[in-house]
Amino acid sequence: MKKTAYINGIGAVTAQGVWSERLLADATELQQSIAPVQHPSYKEMISPAMVRRMSNGIKMGIYASQQALDEAEIAMPDAIVAGTGLGCLEDSEKFLRNVLDNDEQFLTPTAFIQSTHNTVASQIALRLQCKAYNFTYVHRSVSFESALLDALLQLQSGKATHILAGASDEISDHTYSLLQQIGYIKQDGIQESVKNSTSVGVNYSEGAVFFGLSTNKMAHTYAEIVDVRIQNDVNQVQLKDFVALFLQENNVAIEEVDALILGINGDIESDQYYTHLLADFDAVPTVYYKHLIGQFDSSSAFGLAVASQLLKHQELPKQLFWQEQERKNFRYVLLYNQFKGKDHSLVLLRAC
Amino acid sequence: MAELKEELKGKIIEVLNLEDVAVEDIQDDDALFGDGLGLDSIDALELIVLMDKEYGIKLSDPKQGKSIFQSVQTMADYIAANRTK
Repeated sequence: MKKTAYINGIGAVTAQGVWSERLLADATELQQSIAPVQHPSYKEMISPAMVRRMSNGIKMGIYASQQALDEAEIAMPDAIVAGTGLGCLEDSEKFLRNVLDNDEQFLTPTAFIQSTHNTVASQIALRLQCKAYNFTYVHRSVSFESALLDALLQLQSGKATHILAGASDEISDHTYSLLQQIGYIKQDGIQESVKNSTSVGVNYSEGAVFFGLSTNKMAHTYAEIVDVRIQNDVNQVQLKDFVALFLQENNVAIEEVDALILGINGDIESDQYYTHLLADFDAVPTVYYKHLIGQFDSSSAFGLAVASQLLKHQELPKQLFWQEQERKNFRYVLLYNQFKGKDHSLVLLRAC
Repeated sequence: MAELKEELKGKIIEVLNLEDVAVEDIQDDDALFGDGLGLDSIDALELIVLMDKEYGIKLSDPKQGKSIFQSVQTMADYIAANRTK
């Protein structure tokens, strides 16, 4: 019999600060095209000998994962599953720059060791001395959902009881300047709110979001993960069927979806997918979040944190609503995310 | 020699990213590994590359490292005697 997967702990390091009960209420819309995270002090959590070698992505990942484990009261997870779109970019750039600048000579080990995509998950494991399953998914904008799907299948099948799942992506100067040149990131000086955007490109950021997942329900459990679906290619005409089939397979009628959480990011071309979908959900409260934490490949992980908060507290601060509708009881929440018409993901949560 | 030692301390801090350490905090005879600065084997590799890149010294015998990397003083002595740039 399929076991149930619960979200028991959340941790995050974002452009709005670290995860807390007040994070969403105190958040304000990002105003710059590239917004770094507000770093916490890492010294209390990571030894000075380790922290000096770590890039921001690793530090954020370790901080967020420990927050999630603490809240979920998991001392040692049965698996660590992470997602990242671009991996440890800082060290990748540093290493490659050394290769070029020094004519392939004098290559130092630290940047190379930590430039691999699985560095965050492995550093978390090293710190915890966790020798269990350790996997990192690198699938652009469905990197996090791939990790979540893996975790869900392991929990439902009984292969694991407690899993740490999450994602991390970091800013690096060179890569982000290239993303800005090709129009993925809004040009400097363009100040548009996500809601009133008239241009392509988005405000980018970085961050790490982790979840303590378990088959055991706790008094403070946020929500139950019902299902996760990933599809690389879906056009706007197919989108409605993509969503309808997912709900149907989970025996949930469209009318039963109490809130929709969308990855709207202010790119007018990309956001057409969401507008298209909203036509079927015009009476449903709709939430967005990337105006607060920015776009990065794994930013949809924060959407899951927002959805969890909504189901636990049955309310969200006003600035998260794209479309407010009267709703007293939130039971099913559907998350939908895509990036530039690719890497579509659906996550269905149920209140506990 | 004093100038070389100061330069070396600055480079060690920079290359090893010793965030809370200043040049003044490192004494010439402080142990680099173990109880002193607490460096480890990855740092040793970084120091070997530093010697090669900055001073043109290639350490071919790993056994030499133990005595050369005892302190800033021993490093500076070795560099002064063997540097090619």
